[in-house]
Amino acid sequence: MSRLSRRDVVTATGAAAAAALAIAPPEAAAQQAPPAAQPTVYLFFNTDEVAFIEAALSRLIPADDKWPGALEAGVANFIDKELNGAWGAGERLYRSGPWQPGTPSQGYQLPFTPAELFRTALAAITKDLARAGTPFAKMSGEQQDAYLRSLETGAADLGGVPSDVFFAHLWDVTVEGFFSDPVYGGNRDMMAWKMIGFPGAYASYYELVDQHGLKLDRAPTSLAEDSHGHVHVQPAIPAGQR
Amino acid sequence: MAERLKAVDVVTVGVGLTGAILGKELAATGLKVIGLERGPMRDTVPDFQSPAIHDELRYAVRKALTQDNVKEAMTFRNSTGQTALPMRRWQGFMPGNGLGGAAVHWNGLTWRFQPADFVYRTHLEGRYGKGFVDPDLTIQDWGVTYAELEPHYDRFEYLCGTSGKAGNIKGVVQAGGNPFEGPRSREYPTRPMKEPYYGALFRKGAESLGYHPFPSPASTLSEPYTNPEGLSLHQCVFCGFCERFACEHFAKASPQTVILPVALKNPDYELRTGCQVLRVNLDSTGKKATGVTYVDAAGREYEQPAELVLITAYSLNNVRMLLNSRIGRPYDPATGEGVVGRNYAFQTMSYASVFYDQDVVINPFMASGASGTVIDDLAGDNFDHKGLGFIGGAYISATMTGGRPIEFHPTPPGTPNWGLGWKQAVARHYNHTVVLTCHGSSHPMRGNCLDLDPTYKDAWGQPLLRMTFDFPQNDVRMSRYVTDKAVGVGRAMGGKIVAGAPRERPYDSTIYQTTHNTGGAIMGNDPTTSAVNRYLQSWDVPNVFVVGASAYPHNASYNPTGTVGALTYWALDAIKNRYLKAPGALVPR
Repeated sequence: MSRLSRRDVVTATGAAAAAALAIAPPEAAAQQAPPAAQPTVYLFFNTDEVAFIEAALSRLIPADDKWPGALEAGVANFIDKELNGAWGAGERLYRSGPWQPGTPSQGYQLPFTPAELFRTALAAITKDLARAGTPFAKMSGEQQDAYLRSLETGAADLGGVPSDVFFAHLWDVTVEGFFSDPVYGGNRDMMAWKMIGFPGAYASYYELVDQHGLKLDRAPTSLAEDSHGHVHVQPAIPAGQR
Repeated sequence: MAERLKAVDVVTVGVGLTGAILGKELAATGLKVIGLERGPMRDTVPDFQSPAIHDELRYAVRKALTQDNVKEAMTFRNSTGQTALPMRRWQGFMPGNGLGGAAVHWNGLTWRFQPADFVYRTHLEGRYGKGFVDPDLTIQDWGVTYAELEPHYDRFEYLCGTSGKAGNIKGVVQAGGNPFEGPRSREYPTRPMKEPYYGALFRKGAESLGYHPFPSPASTLSEPYTNPEGLSLHQCVFCGFCERFACEHFAKASPQTVILPVALKNPDYELRTGCQVLRVNLDSTGKKATGVTYVDAAGREYEQPAELVLITAYSLNNVRMLLNSRIGRPYDPATGEGVVGRNYAFQTMSYASVFYDQDVVINPFMASGASGTVIDDLAGDNFDHKGLGFIGGAYISATMTGGRPIEFHPTPPGTPNWGLGWKQAVARHYNHTVVLTCHGSSHPMRGNCLDLDPTYKDAWGQPLLRMTFDFPQNDVRMSRYVTDKAVGVGRAMGGKIVAGAPRERPYDSTIYQTTHNTGGAIMGNDPTTSAVNRYLQSWDVPNVFVVGASAYPHNASYNPTGTVGALTYWALDAIKNRYLKAPGALVPR
């Protein structure tokens, strides 16, 4: 199991407590600020791919004056780890041929694993935009939206990947990264959960469920949360495999 | 060459709900029973515990508890004229895998079918006349009646500790329950669950329109309970990680919580996990099973001789096992002849989303998979269908099941698919929306069927099951009618925007509805139109019983598990009290 295991949580908690002890008396540990967000270490994406993905995320779920967007939430890191892990390699994907195009109701019918699909489509996009003259990341927001819409609705051939298939994969994994537990490297500081009011991974609501209309005001809880409320996000956690 | 093992009395192919019940009961009679489960051993402790089990991405989205379709997928097409292609990911439904099967990751909704469902054709022709039912629908009577099944429904509910309020006890209608239900012999084993806010809003709206709301029947328990097996369950805490997950709290009925511990204590019962049964073996006459051939987790092949073979896998895999074992004549949709694969049905689901102002705080995450409030007024044949142009119906419920945000982030019609408008709509509506479910019946029609795929194979080299399915026009008309009524309830609930989405053709295998796949090895009194007799015994090979929702001639307006449990105890009764005394066909051909 390469997800953050219970033992890792305990170990991390112990390390945090030890660090706190070294610099402050134990009672001050509760007030200690959460660790600063760690820089993203990309394990799958290359430089061109990162430039596209980061720019696309800031248009797919943009930041606004109240809430950060997908980029700020670490979704690029999430996608990178997903593609580098079991899901990217085709976990739970039937991969035998023959390969034939089907109807939309028959679902995904390409031989590409998610990792292969992103690599192939992103290379084609980079090439396409190099020909046109402006890389995606250098476009204005309106131009970027128009380009993303053309991927979404069109059926341009991205090296064998229809652009709408690529867009659907990108959008699904963006929503997953935005809303999944921060242990997977997205949803940083549980910002997406705070935005909607989802209280997180575990709780008992037996005493609250019949208090109709109750406004919960507690902070959400992550799978990776320690006893100080710190969430240990590790950019290098390969996600989704066992 | 397969190693031949020591013969036993009984083998079950699969140890989910049906295999666990039959295995436990038959071992208790002193027979040697082996349960063969293809998936892993797993139990509440240590496998289903916090924090790891509350992981929406892993369990609900990546579907960690489902059949591994890298090894074993199935193919799909909408009609017989198309080429079926593999469902390369599970999206439309989620067959279970591992000890306990899909009864580990189910919601816990525990319904009975209507008395009319079991005599469906007779009932409809009696009420509406002979020409009323669309001739394309191959509905038929089940060969068993509600009255015969009632004690077995009762036994199953008391096994699970199901929470609810009876609406009809021995013919006397009970206030607060479902007035449309068939008579029960007694009250539910545990009181109804607490009513969440979404349920209360629905109750008020439905009552104002003259409907009859009642608490959803739930095997996620309202209070601690000890079942007749001596096993104790806890009170559900409404944690919101229920269906698609395993319960960490011992609060949801599953084979692990309600029956397996008893079986595993009996030395006459042996569980073998990681064992993929390839086929049921027949003798030279083709009319007697000699046992099964399976491959273990390390790839070693064995022959396990047995006197009695119980096919107790998921409904779809029951059908595949019959086809791969050449038991029963395969159904041919071109001629309508043959039985194995006939009358595949599903569920016709639709929804109505009720969007409120921001001062109405719903808290959709305070939920079990089965908590909420329901009306049965528009289900099955509970209302007059004269002039409506369809048969069947749907229950309408407010059962929100968890509000986990990757899966649940409702937005009103007109919201952009992505971008700032999408984000702001999600933030605005997440905690202020109630989604109503219309849980509709599904009728078989001639072209909808299951057979073996001619092209695609599983990891053991065996053909995949091929599904041919689209919604009958009858069911589309039903969905439009009931969804419209649900929109009416949503308006009466005070929703500012109410958006209904009836089910339309074509059936899309990429959109999740339910894991309620039924039929394909259906029960009946006529061996030319059913694969098993009224006791779920194969017409062709009498020492094989095929137990599960594969036996349903049609799928009713309800979640199927309650009826699976009842039919399991019904078949058990026939095996124990009749078959074992005189092995052979219980109904002459």
